[in-house]
Amino acid sequence: MSTYDTLRHFADSWALIMMVGTFLTFCLWPFRPGARKRNRDAATLIFKDQNDGE
Amino acid sequence: MEAALGRAGLWFLILFLAILAIIGAKDAAFAAHATIIALAAFVMIWVTAARYDPLARAQGMFHMPTDPSRYDDDPVRWGVIATMFWGMVGMLAGVFIALQLAYPALNFEPYLNFGRVRPLHTSAVIFAFGGNALIATSFYVVQRTCRARLAFPSLARFVFWGYQLFIVLAASGYLLGVTQSREYAEPEWYVDIWLTIVWVSYGAVFIGTIIRRHEPHIYVANWFYLAFIITVAMLHLVNNLAMPVSLLGSRSYSAFAGVQDALTQWWYGHNAVGFFLTAGFLAMMYYFVPKQAERPIYSYRLSIIHFWSLIFLYIWAGPHHLHYTALPDWAQTLGMVFSVMLWMPSWGGMINGLMTLNGAWDKVRTDPIIRMMVMALAFYGMSTFEGPVLSIKAVNSLSHYTDWTIGHVHSGALGWNGLITFACVYYLVPRLWKRERMFSLRMINWHFWLATIGIVFYAASMWVAGITQGLMWREYGPDGYLVNSFVDTVAALHPMFIMRAFGGGLYLLGGAIMTYNIWMTLKGRIREEAPMSQPEYDPVKDRPIIATPAQVPAE
Repeated sequence: MSTYDTLRHFADSWALIMMVGTFLTFCLWPFRPGARKRNRDAATLIFKDQNDGE
Repeated sequence: MEAALGRAGLWFLILFLAILAIIGAKDAAFAAHATIIALAAFVMIWVTAARYDPLARAQGMFHMPTDPSRYDDDPVRWGVIATMFWGMVGMLAGVFIALQLAYPALNFEPYLNFGRVRPLHTSAVIFAFGGNALIATSFYVVQRTCRARLAFPSLARFVFWGYQLFIVLAASGYLLGVTQSREYAEPEWYVDIWLTIVWVSYGAVFIGTIIRRHEPHIYVANWFYLAFIITVAMLHLVNNLAMPVSLLGSRSYSAFAGVQDALTQWWYGHNAVGFFLTAGFLAMMYYFVPKQAERPIYSYRLSIIHFWSLIFLYIWAGPHHLHYTALPDWAQTLGMVFSVMLWMPSWGGMINGLMTLNGAWDKVRTDPIIRMMVMALAFYGMSTFEGPVLSIKAVNSLSHYTDWTIGHVHSGALGWNGLITFACVYYLVPRLWKRERMFSLRMINWHFWLATIGIVFYAASMWVAGITQGLMWREYGPDGYLVNSFVDTVAALHPMFIMRAFGGGLYLLGGAIMTYNIWMTLKGRIREEAPMSQPEYDPVKDRPIIATPAQVPAE
């Protein structure tokens, strides 16, 4: 098999599974148990003290 | 003293090398660019030697506060001024080329013909206006969200001034006819190398500030800025791989050939839209919309899904620019499928921005900055719906190469990028210059309406023009010949071209009002004007409700 064939078979099998897996992990990460408070803290961090402490 | 002498020596060396480059230059354009470098070096020698501080003078001219503050806002202030300046230049060039299309007599050969001013317009609005806005807001946001000063203050200043030099070299090159004819990547090899140096420094300042943060979490806006900086670096490096003909000449040849070259170009071109004009401006949205609305983002989880979906999907969408070309069919279909999928995260982001106003919708009526942000998000939603539709092959066979594409681009650029930038600048200026508020809120409202009506004129006329063009090009007569020649379509579009120029003119007028408003704010003036909304007062109704006792019959 040529390098091209080897690479493209790798790309549409293992590499594809890895990419989809990584993507889903990243997207589901903020939904893990106990993340609710962290998300709320992160969302409100821009409002800490008046005028960003200046 | 020795340090000053060393600096002057360095500038003198650059001046000397620039003069050598002028002498040895293979073409006039390269010599012109070397002259610009020589002039810049000469000014720097003069500044270093005379201990004259033109920067302090210029800071006085723009009424910049000099007292030390918690954050390093000087590069941000310069960035805001550069944003406004290049914005006006770019929009003026846009109206000029719109008029050239309607009235070809306006093509002044050779420096100001359409072919040379058009890249000047696109680069000025995308890279000069948009780029300066992104650099300025990213320096502002990263300091506030990390609660840390900029990591390398002098490098941050180099990023700002180096970026301006890149813009000047690119813009003057276009007018002199220097181009490597890659859309949105027209500057030649030596300007590309300079931009690489500036961009790596930009990344160092931004990432360095994040590393030094005093806040455990990295706010989502910084994720978008980071994606923008890293991806643009990667796109720029790969797409501009080229071999110069001479090290003293402004001509180079691409490292790729044929359809590979075309695909590399549109992988770059579409991700310039995806990561420069979308990810970067979404970063602005995720900080400034919640701040102006004084409410946290609607869903932080949605913002993370929005982020990863854009990152994973956008990078594949480029081939939709090459439908029905020599590109393999599967690659075209891949580009189309990913473009259609992009619709979902885009609308997720739009919903996230709009729903932030949940419970504060009255601000759309009372706060013209919020109104501008809402309109920007609406246009983000519209153009990210139109884009997937246009990427479908059947639609693209009608729309490709027509003015529909131009209309789509401008509903995104004027509506989304333009309006969100204006809103952020209106937010920033009073804070950066320590003023109570903008000079005039009513002028912001005027700007809003002029810009919105301008976009409606622009987009509507280009839809009609594009569909007209597409249908005329594919019209066959009973004898099997094409009915219209190209010139017939041009004649048919003339009224639409005038309407487009009118819409662009309204948008430019809005920009002029903004420039005046900002200039007055810098001078510390506040316009006496009626507030945007006043609760109506009716003295007749202003009385306590007295329960009229039911008539009690006499006992």
